[in-house]
Amino acid sequence: MIQIALQKKLYAATGEMLLDINLQIEQGKLVTLYGSSGTGKTSILRMIAGLLPADAGTITVHQKTWLNTTAGICLKPQQRKTGFVFQEYALFPNMTVKENLLFALEKNQDKQIVKELIEIIELEDLQDRKPNDLSGGQKQRVALARALVRKPEILMLDEPLSALDKKMRIKLQDYILKVHKKFNVTTLLISHDISEVIKMSDSVFMIENGKITQQGKPVEVFTSKMVSGKFQFTGEIIDIKKEDVIYIVTVLIGADFVKIIAEENEIQTMAIGDPVLVTPKTFNPLLQKIH
Amino acid sequence: MIDWQPLLLTFKLALITTGLLFLIAVPIAYWLAHTKSKIKPILETLVSMPLVLPPTVLGFYLLIAFSPANTFGNWLDTYMGLRLLFSFEGLVFASVLYSLPFMVHPIQAGFSNLNPAITEASYVLGKSKTTTLFKVLLPNIKPSLLTGIVLSFAHTIGEFGVVLMIGGNIPGKTKVASIAIYDEVETLNYATANWYSIILFAITFSILLLVYLINGGYLKRFWK
Repeated sequence: MIQIALQKKLYAATGEMLLDINLQIEQGKLVTLYGSSGTGKTSILRMIAGLLPADAGTITVHQKTWLNTTAGICLKPQQRKTGFVFQEYALFPNMTVKENLLFALEKNQDKQIVKELIEIIELEDLQDRKPNDLSGGQKQRVALARALVRKPEILMLDEPLSALDKKMRIKLQDYILKVHKKFNVTTLLISHDISEVIKMSDSVFMIENGKITQQGKPVEVFTSKMVSGKFQFTGEIIDIKKEDVIYIVTVLIGADFVKIIAEENEIQTMAIGDPVLVTPKTFNPLLQKIH
Repeated sequence: MIDWQPLLLTFKLALITTGLLFLIAVPIAYWLAHTKSKIKPILETLVSMPLVLPPTVLGFYLLIAFSPANTFGNWLDTYMGLRLLFSFEGLVFASVLYSLPFMVHPIQAGFSNLNPAITEASYVLGKSKTTTLFKVLLPNIKPSLLTGIVLSFAHTIGEFGVVLMIGGNIPGKTKVASIAIYDEVETLNYATANWYSIILFAITFSILLLVYLINGGYLKRFWK
């Protein structure tokens, strides 16, 4: 169990903001922090990693205290066993892919893990290249592998996929899920892509203005009422076309387009670009806007 | 034939100065690039002073400070056995001060331009500040290090005012090439002065050209 309670005054674009959050994460779960930019998500990760001092708070990881401001305990980033995947990758440009991973080894740690990670993340052909010769997706894979070398107690990913195109994103989501399961590492992910949150996480914390406003299973958090159905997908409305009395809505799910028939009263609150949940109702799929 | 001693002395001085400066400048530049201390502007100003101060001013104060008649000079003489006035050691000391900004500035800029995330990434991976400095930061600012080394070297070769003030013109000890040129011109030996000048010109030109070729990546392309 990882318990995190943090308070910090942040200076955001909109002015001063008090970040005040309380999180409990079960060992081995994948948890997402969801919210628009400037709500303090990155600051939370940085405080957990020890890169940003908290004004007040406690962090306890498996009964070990990383931070307790009242007791004056604050472990350095080096002493906390975290894996951190930065948004802009932060690979060491002077080292090859393999050297980046080898650098992450702890003293006397078995080198086997590096070989294993290179295989899992399918970087065998690229292991002798320098980061500057890699594509964004490849760099992110290296960053992910590097963060896992130390076998961290908590793996944190700061919007790791936001700079990538949709296809690459889906591929990388699968890599993240794969290593998350394989190493059973507690993972904290920042994302503001609903479909990503629903696909990846066990639970989600919705953060607005430095506070947690909602938490729970992603589908429950994002849909106002419980939906039953054999299948459900999240997508984005690309086009709405009127045909006689009905509407044809084109929804982008992953990299596929789906045309769905909708009635006028269903379409009223929806606009192009809105995220939607697609579930079946009798014979036709049913569209529902997600918040 | 010309006397090679002043030229050799010049390069000996430049080499030693550059070596010492590198060791001194890396910590200073690292501190300046990372500190949030309030005295940073003062230290930055002090480091940059030799850029704007006439070398004679620096030389004058060093002359006063090193004089065995004064407390500091006396202390150096008695306890360290160092006579910095009119000696090679004194020239090295003065050159280090005089060329300090030429070494510190490029290295400081190199540190500042690095993505701070790579430092953080290294800390999160459990690496100490020292390991991070030697394995991550310094290898990634090689062009800045090269620029600093070469600029300091070339600048020390071109030094005149400070040397004249505290070194004088003692052959084999403090008579460096720039002083020798002045000396030859004074005695109307234009031909010898010309030789020294041409050699200095050619060498400094080659050194700077080499830096631009390396940092511009021209050599790498040529070898490929």
